[in-house]
Amino acid sequence: MTTTAPQAPATPVQSEPQLPPTRGQRFTGAAANYIDERTSISGLVKELGRKIFPDHWSFMLGEVALYSFVVILLSGTFLTFFFQASMAEVEYEGSYVPLKGIEMSVAYASSLDISFEVRGGMLMRQVHHWAALLFIASIGLHMLRVFFTGAFRKPREINWVVGFILFILAMGEGFTGYSLPDDLLSGNGLRIIDGMVKGFPVIGTWTSYLLFGGEFPGTDVVGRFYTLHILLLPAILLALIGVHLVLLVVNKHTQFAAPGATNDNVVGVPIMPVFAAKAGGFFFIVFGVLTLIASFFTINPIWNYGPYDPSPVSAGTQPDWYIGFADGALRLVPPGWEFVLFGYTVSMNILAPVAVLGLFIVVVMLYPFFEAWLTGDKREHHIADRPRNNPTRTAIGAAGVTFYAVLWAAASSDLIGTHFRLAIEHVIWGLQALLFIGPVVAFIVTKRVCIGLQKRDREIALHGFESGRIVRLPGGEYIEVHQQLDEYERWKLVAYNDYQPLMLRPNKKGRITLNQRARAVATRWFFEDRIAPVTQSELAAAHAHGDHHGELEGSNPSQGAISH
Amino acid sequence: MSKKRTAKTGRRSPLATLALLTVGLATTGGAYALFTGTATAETTAVHQQLVDDGEKLFVANCATCHGMDLEGTETGPSLVGVGAASVDFQVGTGRMPLQQQGPQAEEKPVQFTEEQVQALAEYVASIAPGPEIPEEEYLTGKGDAAVGAEIFRINCAMCHNVAGAGGALTEGKYAPALTGTEAVHVYEAMLTGPQNMPVFNDANISPEDKANIITYLKYLEENPSPGGFDLGNLGPVAEGLFIWIFGLGAIVAITVWLTAKSN
Ligand code: HEC
Ligand code: HEC
Repeated sequence: MTTTAPQAPATPVQSEPQLPPTRGQRFTGAAANYIDERTSISGLVKELGRKIFPDHWSFMLGEVALYSFVVILLSGTFLTFFFQASMAEVEYEGSYVPLKGIEMSVAYASSLDISFEVRGGMLMRQVHHWAALLFIASIGLHMLRVFFTGAFRKPREINWVVGFILFILAMGEGFTGYSLPDDLLSGNGLRIIDGMVKGFPVIGTWTSYLLFGGEFPGTDVVGRFYTLHILLLPAILLALIGVHLVLLVVNKHTQFAAPGATNDNVVGVPIMPVFAAKAGGFFFIVFGVLTLIASFFTINPIWNYGPYDPSPVSAGTQPDWYIGFADGALRLVPPGWEFVLFGYTVSMNILAPVAVLGLFIVVVMLYPFFEAWLTGDKREHHIADRPRNNPTRTAIGAAGVTFYAVLWAAASSDLIGTHFRLAIEHVIWGLQALLFIGPVVAFIVTKRVCIGLQKRDREIALHGFESGRIVRLPGGEYIEVHQQLDEYERWKLVAYNDYQPLMLRPNKKGRITLNQRARAVATRWFFEDRIAPVTQSELAAAHAHGDHHGELEGSNPSQGAISH
Repeated sequence: MSKKRTAKTGRRSPLATLALLTVGLATTGGAYALFTGTATAETTAVHQQLVDDGEKLFVANCATCHGMDLEGTETGPSLVGVGAASVDFQVGTGRMPLQQQGPQAEEKPVQFTEEQVQALAEYVASIAPGPEIPEEEYLTGKGDAAVGAEIFRINCAMCHNVAGAGGALTEGKYAPALTGTEAVHVYEAMLTGPQNMPVFNDANISPEDKANIITYLKYLEENPSPGGFDLGNLGPVAEGLFIWIFGLGAIVAITVWLTAKSN
């Protein structure tokens, strides 16, 4: 932290008449002093407290994830007081009538007891589960924000990767948690995992035996998943959240271009006290929303599912939403992809989707490095891109989102069928086609829309808004008066990076390297269609023109113009 | 009635009770002896009347597809031996008369009165015997819900979902949601296996267990989810949509509001 960001002027301090400190103030003063003399924490607080946070709603999504995680920790701790991770058989004696006297595992019985016998247990279970869904959803949205604003660029590539690993870990947490109640639904989920693991050649069967302590379902898996769920995964998760936040502080937050907000400063409110107070309040808002949802809406009604038993499967068995894309990938594989090689069955129906998903994950994780290589840009970027100003990246993102969304939708193919009165086969065929066509269409449309928006921005920057006011000039000519932007508004529209396709030039040794060729191809694809930001001279020209005559509808000389 | 009265006048001597009972028994027994002869004659007459009515209704509404003698046609299967239970189910849930060809016969508003349904059922059963309309004793919902739930999970949940919320089958067919289905129709559905549903005869699932299943379904209907609104019992998909649209939606709305305020 050698370069501290120049700060925006803080809110002016009102000078108040000096009063002698009250008892309360004296006490806090003394306490603060006591702690500081023993920890020298004030330096850290001062340093941290002077960090600046820009204000934009989308910058709060990561916070939502963090606070849901805190809620998960709190409610989860409560659950551990009562949950017993044992697969020993007991007879249910609790108060839920349709399960009375049924044989079940201790894990399931204790989950039912949490729901029906423990005071506040049902609420806590539902808070925990809803918070888990919100946690991963907010991470997802946060990642989309980071992606579409280019906030993963230097110096934040590492933090993108850390964040991405957090996303994967969160899914792992979710899945292990989903398996703990040992009801029919969680058992069905495990069965699918078991099938996927067994689908791997050579190591599959042994891995499955290792995981389940013998043939599926065995009597070990709940205990093992419990250890992962409450010990190992949360520990890694917490450590990485720590890294994520430290890197956030070190790298500082990105901001949108605005008056006074440049690549070299951060404009916003300091962490202490304004941001901290707001953040504290926001934590309680998130907690409150989750509690409200959990009080009114059932989540995972384990009592309906009954104890796990390998024979029954319920219609409408699905994983939680964040695993849905993987389930969907399995569902979209056409029948008949398994074949026999040297007496071994090769389960392409499992290996292919697993490979595709793995590839997808790796591509998303490494995207920042791809873009850095492509642009060859070694500068630091602290100004968030408006998505339209990097049309190709935005289009790639839209294609990725579409791909993911189709897989996700496929996980509910049966419900789509029943709710829209379609045959499930048709839904699957439709989604199979969409998986390939959808991303391409999304790419093209998004890119066109971005370029269209850029053109409009350019137009507005040069000539102002159409005011809708028609004026008749003395000579009988009609013109529409255009309202010019002020400097601040215009800055938002014209301040962005402009990249151009790479020109192939021989290097010092007079050779054109393969890497250069590849980059040339990639940059051409990336930056071929582009709208250059308005330059100073263009602006001056436009204004000279505009000041004398106003703007005539449809007679715009600038090359970037679109017709009205 | 007599039981109630005995309970109320608990101080009466046991002898008096005995005397009363004897008198009561004697009179009812005598009356029964007197009337049974005519009663059977009357029921057969009533029955014949029903069958005749049923035949008329059948010819008018069903024969185009099922044939004059129930032998079936191109457009409808034979009804010989399907029994009163099948007719009561199909017509009583509005599935028959079939209106349009589709993946499966849809439930519609019932088109006949209860007597007419009964008449149709009697008529079809009079041609060839088949599964009967179930006895009232199995339909009360007073069985064992836990046993019913377990049998339901094993035999029915793969199509109808554990909470009876329904589910998809192949080629546009589907197992309907079971909420709101009358007990008698649940029983008959098991007994006759409409369309793509398998038949669960009394050897598969005994009448007592059928009553237990009905008890479980009644329990679900009468006891709303202990966790709050159940989102249609559709499982994680509904929950996922809910958290994205309403959970995250609410939070994003709040963040927008918060940042808008401060600017
Ligand atoms: C438009 C033609 C059509 C009409 C009219 C019609 N049905 Fe049907 N019915 C069918 C078809 C087709 C099926 C078979 C449905 C299936 O399996 O999907 C069927 C099935 C049935 C079954 C079930 C048979 C079994 O195997 O259990 C019964 C009972 C039945 N119909 C009774 C009736 C009655 C009673 C009427 C008149 C009120 C009637 N149907 C009118 C076409 C018709
Ligand atoms: C193979 C899948 C399958 C299984 C297993 C199955 N059903 Fe069905 N069930 C269906 C289908 C399909 C229908 C719709 C038939 C129709 O529309 O005529 C149906 C209809 C019903 C209906 C009528 C619902 C209504 O709204 O009128 C009831 C009741 C019913 N089933 C109960 C059961 C019970 C109880 C079991 C278990 C003992 C069971 N089903 C097992 C597929 C199944």
